[in-house]
Amino acid sequence: MTAALPPYRRDGMQAHPPRDHAAYRSTALRHPKQPLLPLPHSMTELTQPMLGTGAIGELDHDLTQQHPGEPIGERIIVTGRVLDGNRRPVRDTLVEIWQANAAGRYIQKEDQHPAPLDPHFTGVGRCLTDNDGRYRFVTIKPGAYPWKNHLNAWRPAHIHFSLFGTAFVTRLITQMYFPGDPLFPYDPIMQSVREESDRQRMVARFDMETTEPEWALGYQWDIVLRGPETTPPDPDEDH
Amino acid sequence: MAAVDQPRPIRAQAEGIVMQELTPSQTVGPFFGFALPFPEGPIVAPAGELHIVGTVYDGASQPVPDALIEIWQPDATGTFPTEPRPDGFRGWGRCGTDADGHFGFQTIKPGPAEPGSAPHIGVVVHARGILHHLVTRIYFPDENAANAVDPVLSRVSGERQATLIARPDGDVLRFDIHLQGDHETVFFDV
Repeated sequence: MTAALPPYRRDGMQAHPPRDHAAYRSTALRHPKQPLLPLPHSMTELTQPMLGTGAIGELDHDLTQQHPGEPIGERIIVTGRVLDGNRRPVRDTLVEIWQANAAGRYIQKEDQHPAPLDPHFTGVGRCLTDNDGRYRFVTIKPGAYPWKNHLNAWRPAHIHFSLFGTAFVTRLITQMYFPGDPLFPYDPIMQSVREESDRQRMVARFDMETTEPEWALGYQWDIVLRGPETTPPDPDEDH
Repeated sequence: MAAVDQPRPIRAQAEGIVMQELTPSQTVGPFFGFALPFPEGPIVAPAGELHIVGTVYDGASQPVPDALIEIWQPDATGTFPTEPRPDGFRGWGRCGTDADGHFGFQTIKPGPAEPGSAPHIGVVVHARGILHHLVTRIYFPDENAANAVDPVLSRVSGERQATLIARPDGDVLRFDIHLQGDHETVFFDV
């Protein structure tokens, strides 16, 4: 019998958007109207799913090298740390990303936006975080694109991120935005997050240190997942 | 309820961090089908003879063709896998819904993960229009005695309990998910 796992913190959860956000029309019929039932954390919630999504390929983190030719667009590096709510690095955790191409078009057939597909860009990447919780992707900057939520609706450029963390309750799917995008105030998905300070945590920071000369612009974006209420001493942490 | 509502002392508070500064959730969007589902995703146990199928419905009782379901469960002894196993049992599965809102998993029936808890499978629902994923559980119809004393299921009113219990449907178990409406599934605040 292993030692009891600590439950996860419940503070700070109001950073997540309300599920009923009328300005994003698709929420209307897709949010529960009954109150959610509080669930004490048991083994199902506290254990870490063993994903078995297969080995990470050498080029899975580099979305510019997955085809014989290079994709059109602004080459970028997106990197950062995955941390828990106690600011501890989340190591060896799968990070999955997906995105539109530079013209704002997804490769998925349901996307009918009349912008060109790029034969050299799929828009899917994945990697594992290192011992410092760091992930790193090379990709191209996705374009903004229109959607049918309301008249003249446009999504700001974004990269979708999927993370698992250390337990079933640390699951997170989110979107990373680019600094200074003029579409922020008009986007009901980004604006579904109530507080400006919380919204800012979805915006990457341009970073000259990450930028590589003659090659690619660099962006830093840290991701914070829920942390456990108590944590064992970390042998790698300086004290 | 006390375990849920009363804050416990946390190490981070001792260090002066008052609140977790979490990265907010955002919807999975409509266009994830080329990225997240993978062929083995619905196969939780390659030798499993239990098939759990279902349809995701919205508040107008229309099927949801752009949902992504993820599940997590222990093996028949109630043990969660922590590394790949010779028989391929993974415990975790992922399946996108098809054009008719259908999903399905091949697995085995889990054992109780803890004393006093009825066998169940954890479920996460992502979809276009869901800004923060929803969490529910699948319980089993042949576990009346265990279900009756399960600490979670027993707190759900009788009428709504049925939304958490899969039902036999021919050779498979059916677990439909209603995001809203008269048959709204019980979702949990985790």
